[in-house]
Amino acid sequence: MDKILDVKNLQVSFDTYAGEVKAVRGVSFHLNKGETLAIVGESGSGKSVTSKSLMKLIPNPPGRITGGEIIFEGKNLVNYTEKQMQKIRGSDISMIFQDPMTSLNPTMTVGKQIMESIIKHQKLPKKQAKEKAIELLEMVGIINAHKRLTAYPHQFSGGMRQRVVIAMAISCNPKVLIADEPTTALDVTIQAQILELLKNLQKKMGTSIIFITHDLGVVANIADRVAVMYAGKIVEIGKVDEIFYNPQHPYTWGLLGAMPNLNEDAEELITIPGSPPNLLNPPIGDAFANRNKYAMKIDYQIEPPMFKVSDTHYAATWLLHEKSPKVLPPDALKKHRQVHSKERKKERLSKKRVKREKLLEIKNLKQYFSSGSNVVKAVDGISFEIFKGETFGLVGESGCGKSTTGRTIIRLYHATEGEVLYNNVNIHDKKSSSESQKLNQKIQMIFQDPYSSLNPRQTVADIIAEGMDIHGLAAGKKERLEKVYELLETVGLNREHANRYPHEFSGGQRQRIGIARALAVEPEFIIADEPISALDVSIQAQVVNLMKKLQKEKGLTYLFIAHDLSMVKYISDRIGVMYKGRIVELAESEELYQNPLHPYTRSLLSAIPLPDPETEKTRKRVKFDEKFVWNGNGEEPVLREVKEGHWVSCTEQEFHDYKKHFDAI
Amino acid sequence: MGRYIFGRIGYMLITFFVIATFTFFLMQTLPGSPFNDERLSETQKERLYERYGLDEPVPIQYVKYMTNIFKGDFGVSFQYDGRAVSDIIGERIGASVVLGAQSLIFGCIIGLILGIIAAIKHNTAIDYVAMVIAVIGLSVPNFVFAGLLQYWVGVKLQWLPVAFWEGFEYSILPTISLSVFVIATIARFIRTEMLEVLGQDYIVTAKAKGLNQFAIVMKHGIRNAAIPIITILGPMTVSLLTGTLVIEQIFSVPGLGEQFVKSIMTNDFPVIMGVTLFYSILFIGVVLIVDILYGVIDPRIRLSGGTK
Repeated sequence: MDKILDVKNLQVSFDTYAGEVKAVRGVSFHLNKGETLAIVGESGSGKSVTSKSLMKLIPNPPGRITGGEIIFEGKNLVNYTEKQMQKIRGSDISMIFQDPMTSLNPTMTVGKQIMESIIKHQKLPKKQAKEKAIELLEMVGIINAHKRLTAYPHQFSGGMRQRVVIAMAISCNPKVLIADEPTTALDVTIQAQILELLKNLQKKMGTSIIFITHDLGVVANIADRVAVMYAGKIVEIGKVDEIFYNPQHPYTWGLLGAMPNLNEDAEELITIPGSPPNLLNPPIGDAFANRNKYAMKIDYQIEPPMFKVSDTHYAATWLLHEKSPKVLPPDALKKHRQVHSKERKKERLSKKRVKREKLLEIKNLKQYFSSGSNVVKAVDGISFEIFKGETFGLVGESGCGKSTTGRTIIRLYHATEGEVLYNNVNIHDKKSSSESQKLNQKIQMIFQDPYSSLNPRQTVADIIAEGMDIHGLAAGKKERLEKVYELLETVGLNREHANRYPHEFSGGQRQRIGIARALAVEPEFIIADEPISALDVSIQAQVVNLMKKLQKEKGLTYLFIAHDLSMVKYISDRIGVMYKGRIVELAESEELYQNPLHPYTRSLLSAIPLPDPETEKTRKRVKFDEKFVWNGNGEEPVLREVKEGHWVSCTEQEFHDYKKHFDAI
Repeated sequence: MGRYIFGRIGYMLITFFVIATFTFFLMQTLPGSPFNDERLSETQKERLYERYGLDEPVPIQYVKYMTNIFKGDFGVSFQYDGRAVSDIIGERIGASVVLGAQSLIFGCIIGLILGIIAAIKHNTAIDYVAMVIAVIGLSVPNFVFAGLLQYWVGVKLQWLPVAFWEGFEYSILPTISLSVFVIATIARFIRTEMLEVLGQDYIVTAKAKGLNQFAIVMKHGIRNAAIPIITILGPMTVSLLTGTLVIEQIFSVPGLGEQFVKSIMTNDFPVIMGVTLFYSILFIGVVLIVDILYGVIDPRIRLSGGTK
């Protein structure tokens, strides 16, 4: 195969006040014509910097390419001047960015933005450029393209905007397309559409794609080859099957194990302990050594070279050296793990049926927001119950009202209608301040963004102890501090952390602080609003494991709100699927995944990319068209119990169909 | 859009009414009388009071005054013996408006250029020089510049006239002195905004398309950086018009500001009221224009709606 791009020993540094941060430390890979190479890694691994360097788009200063070569069609781009690069950018190599909400100019029509590069590179007159832009918009699946040409970005939804960005990127038939996390900011169903679009375009135009992502499911879906990056280096590179079915590097093992698999049910996720090294002073030897439980002495002294596994598969770990002991990848990575997990599933099911004490009951809860004459029905009449000691998962795509539900329960909003009964007491009734304080103590919340949910001017001790102070849970200064220490240790941090400030911690550590804060007042019920969506995969697994452990130890009840269905399935006992302010399906998690009934649930489930290239190759996506679903001859669908514990929003007719479906089994 | 503007005009009327009422009663608390001349006898004074309706009780005066202004009649001046206030304003406003508009346009253009250059050459000598100029412009009062310009350009070099209002060349020096403040404010603002805009994702997108720095700044930068500038443009316009008074004095420009000062000295209530109300109409009008301008520059807040 022809190489279109060949990167050799690329090094990129950023000059900061503290010193030189070596973000990319000698990366080599090549890109074949017409293939998709995925670069995976966690935040800070240098994958984004690498991709931006290929187009020399890193801001300079402070960033600079300190060494290496980028050979594109026989020419070394590292030596190109800015002027020469401008000719390459957008025409030969183009780029799609992560967040379609910010990567389009809000004050310019999308048509003009698409035409810009056509006029610049292909020197077409305006009229022809316009025709080309319409053609491009049609190509990326935007209906009514000639009309939409004059629309502004804010008039498009997130998924549509990303289509516009893609149209912009492919406008000059680029030879290489770099996609930097193009689907991370999107909902799963939209993500599936965008991935399909990219694949179709690649087939049509023969573009080579470099696809940057942290999501292994997406990698399995789209990639031909995969490069795994860690601490500014590629630690493993190979064909997609080789990486997923025969991974060699312990870091790859960790990444694969940290993702819950929808079809399987492991008791605990594999985590990678610790966090990535600081690239201001990269460690000597293997940068992954101190997170690697298989690390040998040599790992701390000499950096491992790339060992050849096959002609296409290389990995940088001393474990592959002939003199090293044979280490097998952890069991959880093997395909046959399904066998023994089945038994555990049964165990879990029987365990749950035993005690069913209602803790929280929500009856016809409505939360409307009005702005002028516009009424937004964020939550539109939902009812469900949460039992003591269980985890109730609430899933849905952005804007479905799941977060609002959580916030309304804890009284951050004033409910428009409906009741929230906690231990048979209506939370939303008027109460004396002591009563409501008691409730506040019992219900706590963990927030999504660990960066903005901690006050940067408070020490960790004060953040954690604030709730205890309010509720008078600590008798004196000494007891207060003792409790803070205890909590820090419970969530896996150290005593020494008490006097530090939030900015000294990583995202995962901050989320642990958030959990400690919630635990400080000894709550019974915790609402976790997307607690892991801002974290890296390996860190996500750490936090989820911690939450599970705490639930077991303290008998907590969780309302787990998330959009990541695989994580929700992993942690939840029962799941409610929300769509447009309503619950469309509610069942035990295993049941929901085995027998999804509502068309929306089905389409949602079919859109999740799994970290398994073989299933990804054969996957069929179920498309959901609400027109066919909500038009039950004018009959409003109601939540009905189709099978014990399995509720679906349906009409009378559908209800009978579903029943028949179950009787047939 | 039409409905929006209509509603806004309604609010403007209410605002105007409140301001008129407030200034009217404020005037009543001013010490002294417009006819404090020792040469006037008591009977003469009484007849004057009667003639201008000042002998009536305050509430009646108020009602009469308010009905008159809504008919468009701002009364007659005390100091110029019966000349209509609207005539006085009309006669004086020309010079002030020309001066204000020239300073605003000149100041905005220079400020914009200075600010953009500073932003592009961020953290270099050019940036620092531009910002030093801006700080000087903000901190040194404009009458100091006026004096210096008169001395150097007017007297020493004899390039331009130092006073009066007889043609375009007479307006150059006062315009420059007035616009120093505008230049400084706009430059500082644009620099900050531009720096922020240049860090946005869509600028990287534009760069990834292969556009050069100039095209990026002109096509993608300015419009986005200008959005917050519009906010300060409103109050700035008004402060330019009202702030001309010192400059008008220094350059002997027959403008409204000069007239305003004179009227306060002589307790000429109708003229003070008239000018104050005129300024407030101006202010409210400018605020409305600014809000409409927002929509023009930023499509996201365009009120006509559109497809969602």
